[in-house]
Amino acid sequence: MYDPTVARLTYRALLGRRRALILGILPALLIVISVLVRALSGTDDQTASDLLGGFGLATMVPIIGVIAGTGAIGPEIDDGSVVYLLAKPVKRPTIILTKLFVAIAVTMAFSALPMMISGLILNGNGQQVAVAYTVAALVASIAYAAMFLLLGTVSRHAVIFGLVYALVWEALFGSLVSGARTLSVQQWALAVAKKVTDSDLVTSDVSLTTGTVLLVVVTVATTWYAGQKLRALTLAGEE
Amino acid sequence: MTTLNIDHVSRWFGNVVAVNDVTMTIGPGVTGLLGPNGAGKSTLIGMMGGFLAPSTGSVTLDGRPVWRNEQIYRHIGIVPEREGMYDFLTGREFVVANAELHGLGAKEAQRALATVEMEYAQDRKISTYSKGMRQRVKMASALVHEPSLLLLDEPFNGMDPRQRMQLMELLRRMGDEGRTVLFSSHILEEVEQLAWHIEVIVAGRHAASGDFRKIRRLMTDRPHRYLVRSSDDRALAAALIADPSTSGIEVDHTEGALRVQAVDFGRFTTLLPRVAKDHGIRLLTVSPSDESLESVFSYLVAA
Repeated sequence: MYDPTVARLTYRALLGRRRALILGILPALLIVISVLVRALSGTDDQTASDLLGGFGLATMVPIIGVIAGTGAIGPEIDDGSVVYLLAKPVKRPTIILTKLFVAIAVTMAFSALPMMISGLILNGNGQQVAVAYTVAALVASIAYAAMFLLLGTVSRHAVIFGLVYALVWEALFGSLVSGARTLSVQQWALAVAKKVTDSDLVTSDVSLTTGTVLLVVVTVATTWYAGQKLRALTLAGEE
Repeated sequence: MTTLNIDHVSRWFGNVVAVNDVTMTIGPGVTGLLGPNGAGKSTLIGMMGGFLAPSTGSVTLDGRPVWRNEQIYRHIGIVPEREGMYDFLTGREFVVANAELHGLGAKEAQRALATVEMEYAQDRKISTYSKGMRQRVKMASALVHEPSLLLLDEPFNGMDPRQRMQLMELLRRMGDEGRTVLFSSHILEEVEQLAWHIEVIVAGRHAASGDFRKIRRLMTDRPHRYLVRSSDDRALAAALIADPSTSGIEVDHTEGALRVQAVDFGRFTTLLPRVAKDHGIRLLTVSPSDESLESVFSYLVAA
């Protein structure tokens, strides 16, 4: 189920200098904005919730998910180096699961941690807002990592498709069309976050049950499908 | 003893047929897969290595299917043509990772690095390696579990002559040890120097199979065409056509030259200078006009 060598290679590829820098930009931005907001307007629970939800969960988490999820396998398929993993007596689902664990861990580290820090800066975890959004980031990390890992396995343009999903579907389309919001990782994660805080600061369009079920279904289904795709991955020659 | 069986294998991509009904058996020793660029060699090697499903037919290693069978890689070592190989690792880290994926460790990795003589640069990042060094580290990664079948896709591309000699020596040794070694190449001389057995692929078809002497003879016996310019083209033409090694001559006015077709390559090459000398004719140009590999191959297909 888990191969330490595959994990090591994936971590090193993901946390290479340039990619780590890209991963760090948005979290750093969130923390800087939090410091500025706190300094200029003091503590306000609603402002904290708006910033963590509007920028943190709606923009930062999916983008980190895109970079970590697609980056965990896409570049290897692109440059052909994945052949060194595939030409081994290692089960393909094990390769996918290991890469999923790494992508989840990296997404969580770069999204949940800054979320918590920002929450503490903004209102000192008043009404559990910081913890609620941190939990939301944690659960969203799992689903995003799984979805974008699949995308990285099936498409050469995974990053572009991933960003389109993250920015257009989650952020823009979701705010215009109510149906789209039901099919949004962000809303599912918010349903979980709402359970954590007992205030009305966090709202979700879906119930906790629906959100949880959809999170699990999407994570399991995309991971299973990625494993199948990798089993039948065709490495075209250069001819 | 490991035998790779390719049984009526075809592979198409959309409307393009890349490999067309190929049947061959690759046994122990060194086999060269020869063919011009774009002939379908990489597609065929892809199917042999389990990275591509045959559209029809089957590829088996000692009776076991290669496609969708991860356990088969305990017996196969693969040296891909593509360059992508975790450039951020050092050579040693790369080979150790490959060993670990086989359930082996640093000891086996070190032995493989020694086999390809890369110990001196093993702690440098792969991104700093030359093409030949990369090729050798790829070799080490493929040898780390001592496979009985070794597949190499254009292994000599971009290597300098010394590196080429070293790799040939290594592959020859692996063949002598009884391993089944298959490498692809579009360069006849490479294949001739190394392979005991040759399989020729042209335009996706299996064009010839056998030991290299037989194929070489097929290649040298084919009609050769030459463009010849001399101080007296017509006198030279008359003298050449009298000999049975010449099957046809055309006087090309626009080029101001003779187009000569010879059937007996060996005899013609000694005949031409002698005839010219005997008749006091000076040879100004003698150039083969169809020596491209493609024409050699297309002759083989027709033969």
